[in-house]
Amino acid sequence: MATMQIPAGAGQAPEAGLPGMPGSAGTASERAAGRIWRAVKSNKKALTGAIILLLFVIMAIIPGQIAHDPPQAFIYGRSLGPSAQHLLGTTPSGQDIFAQVIWGARETLIIALVSGLLSTLLSMIMGIGAAYLGGWWDNGLNLITDILLVIPTFPLLIVIISYYPHSSLIPLIAVLVITGYSYGARQLRAEALSLRNRDFLEAARVRGERRFYIIFVEIIPSMTSLIMAVFLGTAVYNVIAAATLQFIGFGDPNSLSWGTMLYWAENGEALQTGQYLWAIAPGLCIALLGAAFALLNYAFDEIGNPALQRVKLTRRRHSPPWRIRAERAR
Amino acid sequence: MRHALHRLGFFVVTLWACVTLNFVLPRLMPGSPILDMMAKYRGHVTQKALEAIETAFGIETHASLLTQYWQYLGNTARGNFGISLTQSEPVSQVIGGAVWWTLGLIGVTTVLAFILGTLIGIVGAWRRGGWLDGILPPVFVITSSIPFFWVGMLLILLVGRFDPRFPTSGAYAYGTTPGFNWPFITDVLQHALLPALAILVTSIGGWILTMRNTMVTVLAEDYVRMARAKGLPGWRIMFDYAARNAMLPNLSGFAMSLGFVLSGAIVVEYLFSYQGVGYYLLLGVVNQDYALVQALFLLITVAVLVAILAADLLTAVLDPRTRTGG
Repeated sequence: MATMQIPAGAGQAPEAGLPGMPGSAGTASERAAGRIWRAVKSNKKALTGAIILLLFVIMAIIPGQIAHDPPQAFIYGRSLGPSAQHLLGTTPSGQDIFAQVIWGARETLIIALVSGLLSTLLSMIMGIGAAYLGGWWDNGLNLITDILLVIPTFPLLIVIISYYPHSSLIPLIAVLVITGYSYGARQLRAEALSLRNRDFLEAARVRGERRFYIIFVEIIPSMTSLIMAVFLGTAVYNVIAAATLQFIGFGDPNSLSWGTMLYWAENGEALQTGQYLWAIAPGLCIALLGAAFALLNYAFDEIGNPALQRVKLTRRRHSPPWRIRAERAR
Repeated sequence: MRHALHRLGFFVVTLWACVTLNFVLPRLMPGSPILDMMAKYRGHVTQKALEAIETAFGIETHASLLTQYWQYLGNTARGNFGISLTQSEPVSQVIGGAVWWTLGLIGVTTVLAFILGTLIGIVGAWRRGGWLDGILPPVFVITSSIPFFWVGMLLILLVGRFDPRFPTSGAYAYGTTPGFNWPFITDVLQHALLPALAILVTSIGGWILTMRNTMVTVLAEDYVRMARAKGLPGWRIMFDYAARNAMLPNLSGFAMSLGFVLSGAIVVEYLFSYQGVGYYLLLGVVNQDYALVQALFLLITVAVLVAILAADLLTAVLDPRTRTGG
């Protein structure tokens, strides 16, 4: 996880040097966006992650163009093997598995992105709010976050969901957000605390900016890469947690998502009847989506923490004598 | 000392919050889950058990919430969690039987994952840029994003189905009588193989990555350079100088992960029908056996809280730098 970081080229110094420049707000966030884009482009891991994610997003937007079969109609032969008509075969009740995989991307992505975004937002409110408001606010908000941080999330998730008679997406997302924001809030609070006394914030205070302006225009843009890391981290967790809940049977069994597919694959004894692809394909998709978020996150970690990203090639060229000796000794 | 007291205070506050959450949740939820449960079990269990539930959840006794809360706190403190409706025996007995299976399977696997992962992380960081370091971190970034239950499913599919030496369900073979004899012990070990492998594959990556990353940071420290300049043998620098210091954050993480053993059990035990804590939690949730659910949730949470407290104190003892900060 990216703990301490001073984003390279964050451009805080010029901001502090030009007090009261109109329009500096837009450029700060634009610069942050540009920095992220350049970072993604130049990092192989991030690029791989971004491409996988893009493919899934396309699947989620136009599933009908990719898979022409209706995903939930029981109209095909039962338990067919893979063929040109049914790329991944059919289920024992005659549904096309390929169509289900393609259509399943939509709900899975919605859960990941919506719950990821909302819980990042909550992390920002609780974390940055606590750090900036300070005093009793800090103590109070921080105590709530700390308590939620140590309560084991997954059992809590199951217990809360169990009291709901009808499982639908909204309680699922709400519970994911409430139980998942705390770790990010902790990280953001620590980062915001370290920024609090920096010159560029002092300058903003001296020129009489309001708190609201300082938080949204000065603090948040300079924390972009950490906020991204928090978002990606929660997104990975939420993809897996939601799929697990659906797999255990706490999702809506009529919904169309990869977790629900696996639930039916297990209950339909996919493994016993030899419908391997029914069990493998949705799980692989979940793993790939999780890996996409994780790869992006890993890349942001490297960008944020320069100690992890030194290139190995330079080492041989400038090896100091003691290192060569140490290497020979091995 | 002040640090320890501070942590202890936080422990008490969090414990109180969890106990209260456990009380509030079933009463706060829309609909009336408790009445549903009562309706479901009427006629299936003894009148006495139902009355016990009625009293515990304050139905028709018209006790005020505050009185209920007070009673609940007293019962919890005495370890009196009522009767499990699905098992028709006291909740404490159900838990007492289940908890050892969970500790045995998942506890041992957690320790193994920590030891193996840390060793691989140490060697990976030491030979930075070597083949181990090149392959492992990316591989484990990916395996750690694979849902655990799917790994378990694949293991059942690829190994368990074809090889009878790897049973896929239960903690021991159906029909054997538990006892401290050799056939039973080997049977238990055999049943633990696949679930343990599934846990190992998905959890080892985290240890490797954190150990490698702290180790990389520590290797750049002056005292490591000093040790090299002194001409110490490589393995001594690796273990006594670098790994010893890089271990600190991982060690407290390890103490914490021991607390998460119980909570991590849910999916494993569901998938492999392993009759531990997580299995009974899901059983209770599915069958609306709320007395069992409440007690198990409390147990799981307390385990985590104790582990976190232990981790905090352990870090304070081992790493003098953290003491002044608190």
